[in-house]
Amino acid sequence: MGAITHSRKSNSLPALLQKFTGVAVSRCYQCGKCSAGCPLAEEMDYTPSRILRMLQLGLDGHEDSILRSFSLWVCLACETCYARCPQEVDIPKMMDFLRAESVSRKKVNPRGRDLLKFHQTLLDSVRYTGRLYEVGLIAGYKARTLNIFQDLMLAPRLYLLGKLKLFPHFIKNRKSLSRIYEKTGA
Amino acid sequence: MSRIGVFICHCGENINGTVDCAKVAEAASRVPGVSHSVDYKYMCSDPGQSMIKEAIKEKKLTGVVVGACSPRMHEPTFRRACAEAGLNPYLCEMANLREHCSWVHEKSEATTRKAVDLIKSMIEKVKLNQPLQPIKVPVTRAALVLGGGIAGIQASLDIANAGHQVIMVEREPSIGGHMSQLSETFPTLDCSQCILTPRMVEVAQHPNITLHTYSELESLEGFIGNFKAKIRNKARCVDEKLCTGCGMCAQKCPTKKISSEFNAGLGMRSAIYVPFPQAVPNKPVIDKDHCTFFQKGKCKVCEKVCPTKAIRYDQEDRIIDVEVGAVVLATGFDVLGTDFFPEYGYGRYKDVINGLQFERLASASGPTLGVIKRPSDGKVPETVVFVACAGSRDPAKGIEYCSKICCMYTAKHAMLYKHKVHEGSAYVFYMDIRAGGKMYDEFVRRAIEEDDVKYVRGRVSRIYEEDGKLVVKGADTLLGHEPLEIRADLVVLATAGVASSGAEELAQKLHVSYDSHHFFAEAHPKLRPVETNTAGIFLAGACQSPRDIPETVSQASGAASKVAGLFSQEELTREPLVAVVNRTAPPLYSTCTGCGLCMPACPYQAIEMEEIRTRDGTVVKVAAKVNPGLCQGCGTCVALCRVKAIDLQGYTNEQIYAELMAL
Repeated sequence: MGAITHSRKSNSLPALLQKFTGVAVSRCYQCGKCSAGCPLAEEMDYTPSRILRMLQLGLDGHEDSILRSFSLWVCLACETCYARCPQEVDIPKMMDFLRAESVSRKKVNPRGRDLLKFHQTLLDSVRYTGRLYEVGLIAGYKARTLNIFQDLMLAPRLYLLGKLKLFPHFIKNRKSLSRIYEKTGA
Repeated sequence: MSRIGVFICHCGENINGTVDCAKVAEAASRVPGVSHSVDYKYMCSDPGQSMIKEAIKEKKLTGVVVGACSPRMHEPTFRRACAEAGLNPYLCEMANLREHCSWVHEKSEATTRKAVDLIKSMIEKVKLNQPLQPIKVPVTRAALVLGGGIAGIQASLDIANAGHQVIMVEREPSIGGHMSQLSETFPTLDCSQCILTPRMVEVAQHPNITLHTYSELESLEGFIGNFKAKIRNKARCVDEKLCTGCGMCAQKCPTKKISSEFNAGLGMRSAIYVPFPQAVPNKPVIDKDHCTFFQKGKCKVCEKVCPTKAIRYDQEDRIIDVEVGAVVLATGFDVLGTDFFPEYGYGRYKDVINGLQFERLASASGPTLGVIKRPSDGKVPETVVFVACAGSRDPAKGIEYCSKICCMYTAKHAMLYKHKVHEGSAYVFYMDIRAGGKMYDEFVRRAIEEDDVKYVRGRVSRIYEEDGKLVVKGADTLLGHEPLEIRADLVVLATAGVASSGAEELAQKLHVSYDSHHFFAEAHPKLRPVETNTAGIFLAGACQSPRDIPETVSQASGAASKVAGLFSQEELTREPLVAVVNRTAPPLYSTCTGCGLCMPACPYQAIEMEEIRTRDGTVVKVAAKVNPGLCQGCGTCVALCRVKAIDLQGYTNEQIYAELMAL
């Protein structure tokens, strides 16, 4: 039995969401079109419309469930939901915010940790080179996750096809890029 | 010798599919007296009707039988065609070959034989048909409007502005109805009284409207265009002509703790009272059941303080007779009380109120002057729960219909609460949100998105008190029916709209049909929504089913236009299918023996006794006489008459026997 207690508080998840992203969960009228069209809804523990409903209602324990959910990490940010939403609720933006909250409150779903590490490695790679550096990404990901042997047998073939460049290509103005990173606090 | 024309319609395949129409026409042609018999695909079409008209002219027909659909469908069509060809329309009859034969039987020889029999039977009747002339009755151009809510007000003003007299009857001391109790109105949130009271005043001042408040309909007799109504003017115990409405009497009245009807029980009034300051007329009434003088025989404070000496303790009810041509029923609705719900505390909890009570709490003219305070301790509630569908759509409670207005007014209530208590929380439990209407859904979305009203989809199972809070137990069906509970300070039940008290008795008085919930029934749900099955009686507003103000007003205007249409004629034409008492040559004058048995049997009071006199004025006989304006042609008197002196025109005994003998 959930009792509604915190829905009015200014530090509640929906209030913070609105403050930082402008996404108002009250816009959602629960038609379910986002969940119906989500390519990964079947992999999720909570579908997008359900996350919205949980945020709307604000029952005890719901915020924790959302931040610990696997859905946040399954979401591809493909924006199909947003493109189709009749009420124009920016679900991808909401998912981004929830992922960041999940990380900062140390509530990342165990099954999502590898995915988070992948995200972090990718961002590091981009920070360093200004573009995607595959070998660095793979090395970094394996170092972080200790999945040393995962997909290792694919490497020679990818190399022969010219998909894996041993040395990174840098963009011209890397300084301005690092300023972006500093500003966003990543 | 008769020259009857028989016309068999195929009705596309409707009749011809199971009945051999050509064979029926052929069989009919062999009946003695038939001089013309044909079949055709669609008799009701233009060429079909032309066939009938030409045959009447060419063969000089003395009667027409159309074998087609039900006379309810096309009798007027074919009779009109006959009249256009110069044949008296009452010499045309229909044999129902569709509903009575082809639709209810398989294709077979026997089906065709039955069709032939039906035609033969009707041919024999038509041979005896007499040309009849329609009856003309005068129209009294005045309308009786029952109910002084927004429906009655709108209908009255529209009829009066069309130039006709209106007599408005309202049973409460003031007109205004439920609309005068409302705070703001959806979807624009304009103040209800601000838009209503000017209309109320207009009614009172209109030269064509006679207003009878604190009055009820005693009886209604007569028929369309010619009703006679008795109105009971209940004793106000106040001389309305002398009273100036100063309010001194109510101020000084020692009995002040009477639950106010206008404030839905949330406020108090005195024994002599005006329901609300904007009342029309602004004249008080004495509530005899609570008045100390009427209960104990002494007090008379109001008489002492009245500066114009207008108090009349000995005033009695007056009965007023009026003649009207049409009646508009606009008696409105009631809302269920909170005591209807065992699971929500049987009305025991003071802070569980209904929607009408919330309207009074939110209204600037209400007991709290528009501040939302809960009834128990006068605190401003921090959490309010609104429960939609309280009673409505609940067949187990005997109310299976949707009350239609609750979704909208609940959104409005939640919105008004949030506008007045910014830090408060408002929850709405609903099953579906039915917000069809101009700007309606936008209004509900505004409550949710802009005013942060929390909508929970699910029905509340139980409400109970705990530590000074009302615990509302429900579930959110959008979250997989997850149970939840809210600790509320105030609960507002959007209780079902029900027929107003006394609706059933009134319907019986007026011979108007009504449904199992005592809402008045319209003549046709789509095509005749403002008419009743009783000619000349029209419907407006929530007495037909719960509805909102815009719909009520448009229906009232619709009913008014129907009345104005009726009044646009000098006289009404009625079917001459009425009973007549025969007349014979002297010395018999009539076979009627004047026994008078028919008089009390007539349900329409259409029979009176007539003295038959010779030229010098001596009474030679007393015989019955039927008033053709009142007679509805039911035939009760015909069946009752011992000497068979009464017969029904168009359906005489002779005609019916001939029909039967042909089978």
